[in-house]
Amino acid sequence: MVKAHVTVHLKPGISDPEGNNTLKALQLLGFDGVVAAHTTRVWTIELATKSKDKAKEQVDAMCRRLLTNPVIHDYTIKVE
Amino acid sequence: MNKKDITWAVLRIEGTNSEEESARCMRDVGVNAEIVHLKQLTGDDVIQSERRKLSDYDGLWIAGGFSAGDYIRAGAILAARMKSKLTPELKEFIKAGKPMLGICNGFQIMVELGVLPSMERKTPMTELPTAVLNLNDSGHYECRPSLLRHVNRGNCKFTGRIRGGEVRTVISSHAEGKFLMASEADYKRLADQDQIVFTYTDPDGSAAPKYPWSPNGAPHAIAGVCNPEGTVMGMMPHPERVFWRHGHPDWTRTGLDAGLGWDVGDGRAIFDSIVDYQTKKL
Repeated sequence: MVKAHVTVHLKPGISDPEGNNTLKALQLLGFDGVVAAHTTRVWTIELATKSKDKAKEQVDAMCRRLLTNPVIHDYTIKVE
Repeated sequence: MNKKDITWAVLRIEGTNSEEESARCMRDVGVNAEIVHLKQLTGDDVIQSERRKLSDYDGLWIAGGFSAGDYIRAGAILAARMKSKLTPELKEFIKAGKPMLGICNGFQIMVELGVLPSMERKTPMTELPTAVLNLNDSGHYECRPSLLRHVNRGNCKFTGRIRGGEVRTVISSHAEGKFLMASEADYKRLADQDQIVFTYTDPDGSAAPKYPWSPNGAPHAIAGVCNPEGTVMGMMPHPERVFWRHGHPDWTRTGLDAGLGWDVGDGRAIFDSIVDYQTKKL
């Protein structure tokens, strides 16, 4: 069994209203040192294989075909 | 084709919520409409008498709602399910010039499917999406009347009855409606190929309306687009909700006839137009 952790984040320049609103709320709560907040989404995908390379290849295809939209998202994959 | 021989499929799965009024609109412009579950088209868990093929229909409307809970991204799950089982049929359907309409969640699905904006002629579907309906700038769901300007120059088959530059009231109801493309060159090409159909405007007629007249902050205020052939259209606001004048928010003040006919709302022309195309061209 291989576990893959996929982190999907917005490309630079894509507006992030959730992140911006979080930033505002944190500043209102008095966290003055906070200068930015960004949203990311994490998926943990378990694969019935022993090959980390094969798993990474498969998860990369999953990212391209479903988990992300290439217009706005970048992603990273970590397998364990 | 004769109107009575035209049948539209209104697609639903779990989470769609506009299929009844969508089908009613098509019936009211004089054609047949059947509400079809995706499983009837893919053949999964369905009895033979309820099995349908996409080619049984002359038009396909992907209804609005929150299909599959809008998980991952709005429209992504239904698009993946359609891609996995219906890609060849969908391509044939579009290549044959049969119209396809996506309203709100339907538009999101069509963009995730790659059938919109699909900017290469005679390429009904791209492998990966080339645009996205992203989260509104407000960060939440927006629901209110929007003013839409018809900016298409004659390519779109869904707006033949709407004059160029005309502004109509249509109801917005979405959280992910910000139409984004990868580069400014893409927007230019979209405009050059006459694929922009509707843009948001405000009571002053601005081409760059501010919130709330632009409910989502889309660049160039884009509210609806079509494919290069003009037979596939998607838009975020809901014309089926203003099919009848009594669906307009101000009808008790302004009456049931606002110049389009008794109880004719601003959205109806879209459905009349596409049936015009089907009766004359198909």
